[in-house]
Amino acid sequence: MQPFKSMAGVLLAGALALTGLAAVAATPAEIQKTFEAEARAGAPGFGGFSAERGRQFFDSTHGNDWSCASCHTLNPRQPGKHAKTGKEIAPMAPAANPQRFSDAAKVEKWFKRNCKDVLGRACSAQEKGDVLAYLMSLAK
Amino acid sequence: MNKTIQMKMFDVIVWAVALLFAFGLLAGEAMAESKGVAAANATWKAECGSCHLAYPPQLLPASSWRQIMAGLPRHFGADASLDAASAAEIGAFLERNAGSGRRGGEAALRITETRWFLRKHDEVRPSAWNNPQVRTAANCSACHGGAERGDFDEHAVRIPR
Ligand code: HEC
Ligand code: HEC
Ligand code: HEC
Repeated sequence: MQPFKSMAGVLLAGALALTGLAAVAATPAEIQKTFEAEARAGAPGFGGFSAERGRQFFDSTHGNDWSCASCHTLNPRQPGKHAKTGKEIAPMAPAANPQRFSDAAKVEKWFKRNCKDVLGRACSAQEKGDVLAYLMSLAK
Repeated sequence: MNKTIQMKMFDVIVWAVALLFAFGLLAGEAMAESKGVAAANATWKAECGSCHLAYPPQLLPASSWRQIMAGLPRHFGADASLDAASAAEIGAFLERNAGSGRRGGEAALRITETRWFLRKHDEVRPSAWNNPQVRTAANCSACHGGAERGDFDEHAVRIPR
């Protein structure tokens, strides 16, 4: 029965690879809920997210060369451009790009990287929620 | 049919399917390697192609890729950190397809600082690198329209003005 076992192994590996590839689909609103839960847990006086605060955060530098807008532009309905490499970046506003904020792991990965580059630290749940509130407030 | 013969036939079929499958994998791999610059891996393309062109593995030797993969949280002034599973898969792909000899024989961290790169580009005027549409020598696609496909043929080059 050796061959049967190895065949089962191949099939199992294939099935695992497939489930690993299928990213868990989410919506911007669902992702915002997880930021809200985190923010509440971290600060008992949590007073909600603000699109205006998110916009200011997004458009400003925070002690380093880059702001979020350096790569994602002051109008995130438009495509951006990587400030260093010049590579085009698809629009950040979900209204202009439905792929945005549809994969929680991807969102976390990029907040971690980009906050490090822009602020030299991780963003708080409040900051992430404010930014998302801003991006969700942008209509087509 | 008695039971042992049935089992044998089953074994033969399973083996045949497994062999076909393995052969398909090998053939795919061999084809990717014979195409040289066009070798591809979906994780590599997605992760290493998000901030810039996914630079073809042939353009640096394995030792350079190893160093690059070991330093992703501080990657040429950007945080490019990756989860361990993706990093392992990409590292193995890069090393398997790494350059050797003339192109890959040098332990530079930047493609754009290798001797072959400097030689191939010694006729490009300094002002061309500073053009706002180019920004950096690492922006291969600005001049090589086919760079995303691994095509750097000198006949297809167009320097923006
Ligand atoms: C140096 C350039 C750069 C800067 C600065 C930058 N980003 Fe990004 N960002 C990128 C790139 C590149 C991607 C991934 C490319 C893509 O998904 O199209 C990305 C992706 C993202 C994503 C993933 C969204 C999704 O669902 O696809 C989020 C969230 C994000 N950035 C937030 C921010 C925030 C917040 C800031 C400011 C703190 C910021 N970025 C600053 C380059 C940058
Ligand atoms: C978060 C953005 C980001 C990600 C993700 C990223 N890089 Fe980079 N990479 C950069 C920046 C910024 C530079 C510097 C570009 C310049 O100096 O013009 C760079 C430069 C490079 C260079 C040197 C280019 C030259 O000058 O010859 C190599 C090689 C490279 N990256 C490989 C990789 C590999 C391999 C991966 C995937 C594991 C990767 N990069 C992922 C941002 C990124
Ligand atoms: C400013 C424009 C420009 C940029 C940016 C650029 N190149 Fe080139 N490249 C050229 C030109 C022009 C030639 C042709 C030189 C000649 O005709 O001999 C060339 C030649 C080459 C060749 C040799 C092609 C052949 O047929 O012999 C290779 C390989 C190459 N480039 C790779 C790259 C890579 C990889 C990058 C990015 C890391 C890059 N180039 C960035 C302009 C550019």
